[in-house]
Amino acid sequence: MTPIEKIAGWVTALLATVTVAFLMTPLLVTVAVSFGSTAVFTLPAPSWSLRWYEALARSRDLWPAVFTSLQIAALSTAIALVLGTLCAIGLLRGNFRGREAVVTFLVSPLMLPGLVIGIAMLESFRAAGLRDVWASLILAHIVITLPYVVRTVFASLSLFDFTLIDAARTLGLTYPKAILKVLVPSLAPAFLTSGMFAFLASMDNYPISIFFTDAWTKTLPIQMLQYVEESPDPTIAAISTLLILLSIAVLAIGDRLVGLRRMADL
Amino acid sequence: MSTTRRLDPVLLLALPATLYIAIVYGLPLLFLMGRSLFGTGGLDSFVGFFADPFSWTVLANTLRSAALVTLVCLVIGYPTALVLARAGGFAQAAILVAIILPLSVGVVVKAFAWQIVLRRDGIVSQAMTGLGLWSEPQRLLFTEAGLVIGAANIFVPFMILPIYAVLKLVDPRLGEAAATLGASPIYRFLKVALPLSLPGIVTGVAFVFSMAASMYVIPSLVIGDRFQTLATLTGRSFLFMRNEQLGSTTAVVLLALTVAVVIASASLSRRLGGAQ
Repeated sequence: MTPIEKIAGWVTALLATVTVAFLMTPLLVTVAVSFGSTAVFTLPAPSWSLRWYEALARSRDLWPAVFTSLQIAALSTAIALVLGTLCAIGLLRGNFRGREAVVTFLVSPLMLPGLVIGIAMLESFRAAGLRDVWASLILAHIVITLPYVVRTVFASLSLFDFTLIDAARTLGLTYPKAILKVLVPSLAPAFLTSGMFAFLASMDNYPISIFFTDAWTKTLPIQMLQYVEESPDPTIAAISTLLILLSIAVLAIGDRLVGLRRMADL
Repeated sequence: MSTTRRLDPVLLLALPATLYIAIVYGLPLLFLMGRSLFGTGGLDSFVGFFADPFSWTVLANTLRSAALVTLVCLVIGYPTALVLARAGGFAQAAILVAIILPLSVGVVVKAFAWQIVLRRDGIVSQAMTGLGLWSEPQRLLFTEAGLVIGAANIFVPFMILPIYAVLKLVDPRLGEAAATLGASPIYRFLKVALPLSLPGIVTGVAFVFSMAASMYVIPSLVIGDRFQTLATLTGRSFLFMRNEQLGSTTAVVLLALTVAVVIASASLSRRLGGAQ
């Protein structure tokens, strides 16, 4: 290795290390603050305590929001998985010219500003006479989750060899059985990855949900932002730490089932 | 057959999702645009918007902060993607966890953490004074530098992943071949790795720029009301000021901006002929 090459290698490695530290900073800070004993966020905290976890257990606002968000994320992800997979199969098998354009359109909610989508939906839902909070949130969140499923399942399906299904049928399987035994297992990683990211995107959505929540039904990000703005104390760090733990558990399971590297293919 | 081009019936499977997105998302966006262009007030509200010097400040804030965030993400994201594509074992696992784990933590949580980090007595200020780079503690919270740091932190995975996706497909033997032919490391990087990774860079830049131009939660927690962008002004007009006319106008301007970025990047990466 020439000296320049060595220096370039070191600089690249250094920048990558800095990026890793930078990426982990907000998570580490949140965890550290949640175990502090004071209401002001000094780091390192003068002493450690679990009082914010006790405060969290007593909280009357945060838990209902957690359950609302979990239900909406689960339902909208499940619907997106069904609609998105059917759509990916249809688009890939029914070879037609505008395919790429349709995929781009279906994935576009990921790239356009959430606030604008939220406002547009709010006006149209109002015009259509839809005022129910739950129905509006579910309808809106399917638009958030569907792009993830379409994008990942479409990409994964375009690598799938459909003659395998014919082969399975030649070997005596019925058509539904052939689908179940051949297609479904090879799509499983795509289901898991896209389902996970769709679920998280729904759980985390603020800019679209804000237009559909009311005083009684709030999703978690909306309740949390309100909490941070009204009474910023480390209770919010405690619930965030629990959510980080949940994410670590989900990632560990995902790594076992799919492998981290495949999850990064999203 | 009577028809020359018959569509395969399996296409019907794609119909529910496509119709759903068209009706629940496509039509409302079209209505929003139509109403703000041709409705009451209509074009006048755009004329009024662009005649107001404040609007230009807002527009400049949006473009400048999004460009700075994109630049920071590219500068730290590219080397990280390079290491991720070439390293194995522990380094690769560490980078993957550092990318994917924060993606699974909500933006409100991260913005809240940056509030703590960027305060006058926060870690950044302590580190900078400790290293002797700052003579006295400074507050980065509620400054544009703080906003760029916080936003870059949240969006950098969306720069790393597309670049990594392209780089990992590059055959390492290409670099070796260039080296055998006597190319210097810098020349090799500029002539082999960089051109091959351009489609990834275009995708990453477009993604980060359009997300940074549309961010709402991060500015409202990290910089506050003094600094308005198209997105924060849109949100405020609807949620607090109840000025839906202004909100629709800024929403359509923001929509036009992001759609332009998406279309430009799509045609650019098609011209570069790389992976999507």
